[in-house]
Amino acid sequence: MPEAKTEPIATRQAYGDALVDLGEAHEDVVALDADLAVSTQSIKFGKKFPERFFNCGAAEANMMSMSCGLAATGKVPYASTFAVFATGRAYDQIRLGIAHNELKARICASHGGVSLGEDGASHQMIEDIALMRVMPKMQVVVPADYNQAYRAVIESYERFEGPMYLRFGRPATPAVYEEIPDTLGDGVDILREGRDISIFACGHMVWRALEAAETLAREDGVEAEVVNVAIIKPLASEAVIESLAKTGVGVTAEEHRVVGGLADAIREAAAEQHPVPIFALGMGDRFGESGTAEACMEYFGLTAAGIAEQAREALLKKPIVSHPPIHGGEWG
Amino acid sequence: MHLKPVPDPEPPAISGREPSIAELERYATILRIACVRMLAVAKSGHLDSSLSAADIVAALYYKELRHDPSNPDWPERDRFVLCKGHAAPIQYAALAEHGYFPREELMGLRKIGKQLQGHPDMTRTPGVEVSTGSLGQGLSMCVGICLALRLDGLDDTAQVFGVLSDGDCQEGETWEGAAAAAHYKVPNLTAIVDYNHLQTDGTTEEVMDTGDVRAKFEAFGWDAIEIDGHDMEEITEALARSRTLRKPAAIVCQTKKGRGVSFMEGRFGFHGKPPSPEQAEQALEELEARLKEQEERLGRTSEISDDDERE
Repeated sequence: MPEAKTEPIATRQAYGDALVDLGEAHEDVVALDADLAVSTQSIKFGKKFPERFFNCGAAEANMMSMSCGLAATGKVPYASTFAVFATGRAYDQIRLGIAHNELKARICASHGGVSLGEDGASHQMIEDIALMRVMPKMQVVVPADYNQAYRAVIESYERFEGPMYLRFGRPATPAVYEEIPDTLGDGVDILREGRDISIFACGHMVWRALEAAETLAREDGVEAEVVNVAIIKPLASEAVIESLAKTGVGVTAEEHRVVGGLADAIREAAAEQHPVPIFALGMGDRFGESGTAEACMEYFGLTAAGIAEQAREALLKKPIVSHPPIHGGEWG
Repeated sequence: MHLKPVPDPEPPAISGREPSIAELERYATILRIACVRMLAVAKSGHLDSSLSAADIVAALYYKELRHDPSNPDWPERDRFVLCKGHAAPIQYAALAEHGYFPREELMGLRKIGKQLQGHPDMTRTPGVEVSTGSLGQGLSMCVGICLALRLDGLDDTAQVFGVLSDGDCQEGETWEGAAAAAHYKVPNLTAIVDYNHLQTDGTTEEVMDTGDVRAKFEAFGWDAIEIDGHDMEEITEALARSRTLRKPAAIVCQTKKGRGVSFMEGRFGFHGKPPSPEQAEQALEELEARLKEQEERLGRTSEISDDDERE
């Protein structure tokens, strides 16, 4: 296990490091890439275990179907490429070959969201969480920082069965966890307790949500609860409802379209069990644009200030009396 | 409706004696009869696509494949992947005849809650290695299986046979898979193209001409030959030869869609259309007459060989 990272570092680096550790511990782990092994960091595994690493070239559909064949024959494939190609180009291959067969295969997408930056709209994937979330049987994991991402990859082998999609990011991102956590748990982690509003965030938006909570406390006297949702599907809806029952209003923050992803996952759970106003921050009905990672995040309002602003709007709609939660439904 | 029980075939050769060409031809007819009966009951499915592959599938299941129906997960087994998943009935017929599941299941094809799905489903049907039905994916899946077998040290033992359609050859992914097989020099992959020249919207030449498929596989670095996909001698020779090669092997089989049923054979307009009761009856009459002929011929052949043995 590597040292926990306290300096900013990309979650895709954790993928590369954890994959090597998995490869050392488990002979049935194999990795595939589609000519992006340096970007996704699967190259580390490829150098250490060349006989178990299959570069498929720029042929993502083939990579996913090959992963199906490998998994059906007793291996645990980790297939990586950019999020846009992993999900958009190879959807049908993942759907029939991996998800339908409920195979233990991991689709490991790096460069999710607009923080991919300069390459622009063609590469900035903002629909992947939605695509993978609607696919039956697919689990969807979006870790918040290097430390959590490392654990997510390890547990994707050691704790979870069935198909899984993991989303990693390109830019270095500040640490949210001081240590490498022992487990992902149920994937819903309260990082900061608060009574006034729940902020649900995933991936690169989690550290920004923590910053937004500081701003809200300092400038508005609002105590925001910050909830890191690393497992978007299956969503631990009870933990989500518990937070909403306490605060009575919510905000979601994701580097993704505001439909189909984290926002809808939270809203679906709330709508049946504890309907309260939930405001969504993310990408509207538009594609991304070229720019540096930080410039893109600023341009699209995916910032701590953006989250704080959404929280202020949401608080205006907060019901005076919040109702107790109604348990009993299931979301998946 | 005319639905006679399928005559019981002899059990597959378990040791020693290999089925003769004439016996394999008889098995192909038995599989064809099962397909017509299944589709007549299901009132849905792809009959003509199943019939064009019948000789190939019979040669595989009754001769070339090393498999053990009593242990479908035997690690050393050869793998059969029906890349052209819409021809599922022909594989189901072969699996049932070998005892992978009871023959009665065949009549549940495409019915709700039953085992036999419209396309092969590894999660529901023993003997199905991977789920298929989306054209283009099968060959890539085969490459993945080959690589896993290599890691298990079985690539000299277990051969992977994929049966593709001309539709598969129109899908780009098939050529991604072909490139990967050559790049990774998989020595245990045989791609059999059931090239029947007809697809949903017309002939392949009209809809999207795939050109010289054999030459394409060769250009991708494969061993590639072309044979008559209804000539049992050519099929069995080509399959056996492919196992001996140290590189991926393509066998392009020139076939006729609906083979064995006169009004369907090589005719456009039957893709995905189940036979009407009258059509099913006519098809069964023709096939059963053929079966009778084959058995009479075999009977004589057997007598002669028995005599030979006595002498």
